[in-house]
Amino acid sequence: MSIAGLRVLQITPLCQLQDLGRLGYQSHGVTRSGAADPYNFKVANILLGNPINTPCLEFALTGGEFEIVADSIKIAFSGNFELFVNNRAIDSYCTHSLHRGDLLRVGTPTLGVRGYLSVLGGFDCEPELNSCATHVRSGLGGFAGGMTAGSLLPVRHTWAPHTRDYALRKSLQRPQRSSIRVIAGPQQAHFTQRGLDDFYSTSFSVQADSDRMGIRLQGKSIEHAGDGNIISDPVLPGSVQVPASGDPIILMVDGPTTGGYPKIGTVATVDIGVLGQLGTGETISFEEISVADAQHLAREEHQFLATLSHRLDCF
Amino acid sequence: MVIRCKLRIKILQINLVSTATLTAVGDSALLVEFDNRIDPAINTQVLMLKQHVEAAQLPGVIEVVPSYRSLLIQYSCIIASTEQLTATVASLLEELGDRQSKTRCWRVPVLYGGEAGCDLDDVARLHDMSTEEVINLHCEAVFRVYMLGFAPGWCYLGGLPEPLHTPRLSSPRLQVPKGCISIGGQQGMIGALAMPSGWRLLGQTPVRSYDPGREPPFIIEAGDEVQFFAVDTAEYQRLEKAAEKGDLLIEAVGRGPEQ
Repeated sequence: MSIAGLRVLQITPLCQLQDLGRLGYQSHGVTRSGAADPYNFKVANILLGNPINTPCLEFALTGGEFEIVADSIKIAFSGNFELFVNNRAIDSYCTHSLHRGDLLRVGTPTLGVRGYLSVLGGFDCEPELNSCATHVRSGLGGFAGGMTAGSLLPVRHTWAPHTRDYALRKSLQRPQRSSIRVIAGPQQAHFTQRGLDDFYSTSFSVQADSDRMGIRLQGKSIEHAGDGNIISDPVLPGSVQVPASGDPIILMVDGPTTGGYPKIGTVATVDIGVLGQLGTGETISFEEISVADAQHLAREEHQFLATLSHRLDCF
Repeated sequence: MVIRCKLRIKILQINLVSTATLTAVGDSALLVEFDNRIDPAINTQVLMLKQHVEAAQLPGVIEVVPSYRSLLIQYSCIIASTEQLTATVASLLEELGDRQSKTRCWRVPVLYGGEAGCDLDDVARLHDMSTEEVINLHCEAVFRVYMLGFAPGWCYLGGLPEPLHTPRLSSPRLQVPKGCISIGGQQGMIGALAMPSGWRLLGQTPVRSYDPGREPPFIIEAGDEVQFFAVDTAEYQRLEKAAEKGDLLIEAVGRGPEQ
């Protein structure tokens, strides 16, 4: 039996197979990886009724082109990108049935920078260290043969029933926000009052060298109380480090496991995905919230996503 | 129990070695900080607490990450409650002893100098010694693995002899070779895959501290001890070939309980 899947016609290295991340190996220096916008990743799977952690293709800024090499497959795309099937525009936040020979083209983003392509039943890939999340520099995750023009990305279901399609209406999609919610600390004492005031009351612009490892910001230089160094300490996605330069760096999903710069705050879990949609030059500000409030938001989002499948539009 | 501020949840005098401070980090992590210094006794406490937390299999805990003097416990705030977790970890801290049961020691072969050890001559010059003296000092030292971090399998080592303390490069190299053996400040490092680094390169080991295609993918763990020994190019190449086939190349030598 021949392998069914998506034949890559055109792709960039910014397209990667991701899941919700590789847990359990940070104590060995292995970064978590996973979707940079976990919210839209989950929505892509919810649209198809896939298990929530089913690996998806993550697109960043750029798209790609694929030929369907299977009798029929069902796909969904979450995120605001231009999408085409055989040069005909199709909607994102929606499921679509595709057939052998169809050409699927993911164009450029219309809002935000990242989008997720899921297929019914998921891509067929072998987890490494418990995850399919791609981390190029660690040699982990992704498809066994890599992903370049000509590659076949195998899918688990070679045939998808011609069932109804589902869509997530605009009013239920996560709204954009430029105010990032942050829990103070753990090294707040390493900053002067002026440094803290500047952090929470001024805005910062996203620098061009931002990526899945970290979002580099520029704005008012944040003043340290000390020399801007600590004994290397564990960090996690959302840790806001401020090196001696005073320009904050928000660590993202591909960030290191430890860091030696003081951390002024930690981004609330619900806003990690918001960060994953930031493009170069965009402006953000920080808003301090309590641990309890951040946890309340996380539970609310969890509850919202857990029941979302009942609120999809069906056609 | 002392409440220091809304973030500092609890401070405990756990034993004669150190105090411990529990702090919420973001909405999904709890940081246990011991005294703020690089000290084998404190690192031992960190690693023992890690074992205790893992053995307790607390619901919702997803990662337990040690560093020199702190332990980050990551959890799902959908499953676990911060208050409950803090109370549990505090009680584990109270039961913590101050003796590590057993230390493993690894003897790690190194090809000193050459392209992969391109800072060896500079380090010797900076300290006004010969390259042989640098190598001898580096091989005589018994290093402690304080933590793995930065990238998969990279080992941060304490115990670099004082005459070898050397500042890091002012601007990091974009890529250093796999298995690089380096020093930075008062620390040593065993590298794994090629990465950017600003540490001074003394040599290269054929030992793969991390190999995703091998079972087990990791060899050296935090709390272990490491001693280096010099090999020549021919021996390096022989070992490199064996490592390619999945040979670990090294064996742990057990040592008695630590003081």
